[in-house]
Amino acid sequence: MTLTETPLAASPPGGTKQRKLQRRRSRGNRDAWLLMLPALVPVVLFSVYPLAQGILLGFTDAKAGLDVVTNFNGVDNYTRLAGNELFWNSFRIGLIWAFGVTILQFLASLGLALLLNLDLRFRWIARTLALVPWAMPPVVIAIMWRLMLNPTYGPINEGMRAVGLPGDVNWLGDFSTALPAVIVVGVWAGMPQTTITLLAGLQNVPTDLHEAAAIDGAGVWQRFWHVTLPALRPIIVAITTLDLIWNFNSFALVYVLTAGGPGGQTMLPMLFAYNEAFRYGNFGYAAAMGNVMVIVIAVFLFVYLRGQARSRLS
Amino acid sequence: MTTATTMSPRSRRIARPLQYIALLGYVIFLGFPLLFLVLTAFKTPQELISPNPSFLPTNPNFDNFVQAIDKANLIHAAGNSLIVAVSTTVIVTLISLPAAYALARFKTKLRGVATGWILLSQVFPFILIIIPLFLVLKQIGLVDSLLGLILVYTVWSLPFALWMLQGYIAGIPIELEEAGAMDGASRIRILRVIILPLLAPGLVATSLFTFISGWNEFFFALVLIQDPALQTLPLTLARFVGAEGQVQLGQLAAASLLATIPSLVFFAIIQRRLTSGLLSGAVKG
Repeated sequence: MTLTETPLAASPPGGTKQRKLQRRRSRGNRDAWLLMLPALVPVVLFSVYPLAQGILLGFTDAKAGLDVVTNFNGVDNYTRLAGNELFWNSFRIGLIWAFGVTILQFLASLGLALLLNLDLRFRWIARTLALVPWAMPPVVIAIMWRLMLNPTYGPINEGMRAVGLPGDVNWLGDFSTALPAVIVVGVWAGMPQTTITLLAGLQNVPTDLHEAAAIDGAGVWQRFWHVTLPALRPIIVAITTLDLIWNFNSFALVYVLTAGGPGGQTMLPMLFAYNEAFRYGNFGYAAAMGNVMVIVIAVFLFVYLRGQARSRLS
Repeated sequence: MTTATTMSPRSRRIARPLQYIALLGYVIFLGFPLLFLVLTAFKTPQELISPNPSFLPTNPNFDNFVQAIDKANLIHAAGNSLIVAVSTTVIVTLISLPAAYALARFKTKLRGVATGWILLSQVFPFILIIIPLFLVLKQIGLVDSLLGLILVYTVWSLPFALWMLQGYIAGIPIELEEAGAMDGASRIRILRVIILPLLAPGLVATSLFTFISGWNEFFFALVLIQDPALQTLPLTLARFVGAEGQVQLGQLAAASLLATIPSLVFFAIIQRRLTSGLLSGAVKG
């Protein structure tokens, strides 16, 4: 590379001429491009290009198989989708899942982060445990919870029997319990990122603010509400936004837990689109579903982030 | 509630026991499933189907592990996973290092574009990327090949690795580089002698993070790999799930534990670095 020839743009003492500065800037630009190139090429070829292609595919009748001619069919996919009750049902399930997991995860993680921020004994145990799900493959997390929720062998039913409750619930196989059970697993799996992020935020809340509030006679709850939460706000917005996106797009966990069953009760949009594309071979139709998902998530993010930005200004 | 020092002694006496109870609740919620997975892996088939299964294995042994390795072809799958995860890590590290440096040090338009892309790439559902990617890879003969999978993982983990690394680099004072330049050192020399040693911990954290994502990944592998001989570990495990009966739960648990060990070990090593790196990446971005 040409790195050796270019001396570092150290700021020289005294007056610099405008032109010299410009030349250095354009050289800096060239260097930046050269340094970025090895990363840029694969990203453009295998990420930007497929993405653009994927969006376009959503307006075609592309199908799997050899020698299948692909034609643009305008908004046909979308008019078909509009009448596809199964898809909208899956969409509704996806939203319940994404919001349910994100909100519960946030509350559970905030509680844990507050506890970890205290000077409690044995908190290292909880701290280590809170990180473990991060290191586990989603497939393994799903297998583990299948054991936990197993109707005959699982300890959850066992525990319910022990306290006299009906202990034969088929958690993942029953229409009414499958989605809540899957949401609990989702919360478990996503605790680490949220907890660690919130904990770091808590540690950055200035203590003198707390002390000042305490001197003014503010109680614990008031201080949490008026000092801690406002200081945490940017971090809360960032992590819940990310969690929402991740959860809406998650796949492996539910695929292994229930594969969308029973009777489509946990059929997240990603699973639905996957089946459409790789089980039935309807690439164009599945891509159209992807496009709808992007638009919906983008609208939610826009509304949420704008709302947050507004209330911060006011 | 945030700091113990700002609490009156009386309210502290009431709050402390409650706090410990809450902490215990979290420890059980987070830890019990893990404990149960470990215990199951050491139980015999008879114990698993008995109507009143005991909580602790009565006769702990490694039979399940041996059988799982035998039957599910775990070693072969682990080999595939290792090839894919290590290759991805090496490639991602090599190409993201210069790019991260450029992102952190040059204030060009590129920086805004790259940051925008990194964020945008998180929003799009994988289904939109995987269909055309599948078609492209099919055209160049890289479906059902580990090389294709490495390629996809590289592109897919690049944004995050870049983000983390540029955070670490931005944390190194630029004055150090300027001082080096004053002393007449070439840029390469500055990078090697000054920046690289300071960056080493961040580099380790980033590459281990990339390794774990590759080792754990499921969706792309599910779509791109059909040949049983090329299956990665998560695929093999997921296939195992479909065929499980009550009797094989022990083997399933054993196989799951074995698959988790590498990432758990790596994770233990970088635990602290990882969290601090993520945060500096987030803050300095």
